[in-house]
Amino acid sequence: MSSEAPPLFRGEDIACRRGGHEVFRGIGFALRPGGALLLTGPNGSGKTSLLQVMAGLIPAASGRIEWQGRDIRDEPAAHAARLHHVGHRTGSRAILTLEEDLVFWSRLRGPASRRRCLLALGRFDLLHLRDLPVQALSSGQQRRLALARLLVTPASIWLLDEATVGLDRSGVASLESAIARHRRSGGLLVIASHIPVVLADPVSRLALGGTDRQARSP
Amino acid sequence: MTGFLVIILRELRISLRHRSDMAAVLAFFALVATLFAFGVGPDALAGLGGGIVWTAALLAAMLSLDRLFQPDHDDGGLVLLILSPVPLELVVLAKVIAHWLTAGVPILVLAPLLGVALQFPAGSLPGLLAGMALGTPILSLLGALGAALVLGARRAGVLTALLILPLVIPVLIFGVAATDPASGPAPVLFLGAMLLGALALCPWATAAALRQAVR
Repeated sequence: MSSEAPPLFRGEDIACRRGGHEVFRGIGFALRPGGALLLTGPNGSGKTSLLQVMAGLIPAASGRIEWQGRDIRDEPAAHAARLHHVGHRTGSRAILTLEEDLVFWSRLRGPASRRRCLLALGRFDLLHLRDLPVQALSSGQQRRLALARLLVTPASIWLLDEATVGLDRSGVASLESAIARHRRSGGLLVIASHIPVVLADPVSRLALGGTDRQARSP
Repeated sequence: MTGFLVIILRELRISLRHRSDMAAVLAFFALVATLFAFGVGPDALAGLGGGIVWTAALLAAMLSLDRLFQPDHDDGGLVLLILSPVPLELVVLAKVIAHWLTAGVPILVLAPLLGVALQFPAGSLPGLLAGMALGTPILSLLGALGAALVLGARRAGVLTALLILPLVIPVLIFGVAATDPASGPAPVLFLGAMLLGALALCPWATAAALRQAVR
């Protein structure tokens, strides 16, 4: 991807307040097709809050976030439809089977064939467990199930908030190859992770909780 | 539209797997009505049946409200629902419909049986059924609003009941009036008007409360 292309997804001077105190301010980023942004910072520095602001779940106290030059607050439904958000909690209902859970969340976002769902389960090595209830899975397997959703319905932006927690080495490898395919097809990625995830260039880094508040490309 | 149906089907599937929750609501309904009957004695029971069945139904419905949004809030599914392309108001309506099918309809079916047990005159049963058919969806709509408002609070179940029970007093008044054959169709029409009002307002208010709950 050419770095000359205009940024698809950018934010400037973003501030966030929670419970009356300031989490961060003056944050900026810009992502071009295929771009990735790695959020770093100590606990409580606002990585989750920034991802929630990017998803449109919580409003920024100030600043603006744009998709192709349009403020995301002007079209919240369209913005929600173009992103996948994987948070700390997986969203899977314990009593449903893996396949039922994956098919539900995928159908909610658009046409999702059973074949694609099974393929996604296979990519995260869950295919043989598809008829088990989610509550029978380990936490790492539940995390894999949440990540499998990324593969069923397409979305331009992936927002991954500590999506590697509980994953073993092969789980992280599955995620890395999923991310690589997503970015090769022009998708964007914003990820916060304490476990190292191998990302191909170009990767910008944004360190929260420090004094440098602009995303830097190496 | 697909998303709307998909949500209803998922909720029905979950309710089917948690059949004991549904049974508990019905058992509570029958138990409260029976307690009233023992409390007032067989001689004083005449004429009280409508009030007893309706009060017991309202209390039983409160038991079923915590499964509307609390599990989604706990497992993180609420964020995914908010970020889905289906408008959140429609998500709420789908959940309300599923709740009515799994809590309102069973109450509606059991109510005339309890009525018979409480020595209802046969002429009161059509009024009871018509009132319940319109009143139970109102309970689901208002109950969803209450359940969404208390998300994340401690002792959310008690809080929902405290919020919602005062609001359903008009439903109780007109519902009981509908069981009196002498009162004509007016109470049923009032219940219909309340249902339309709740249908127009509750999904929006509930959606706003859900958006607040994930902030």
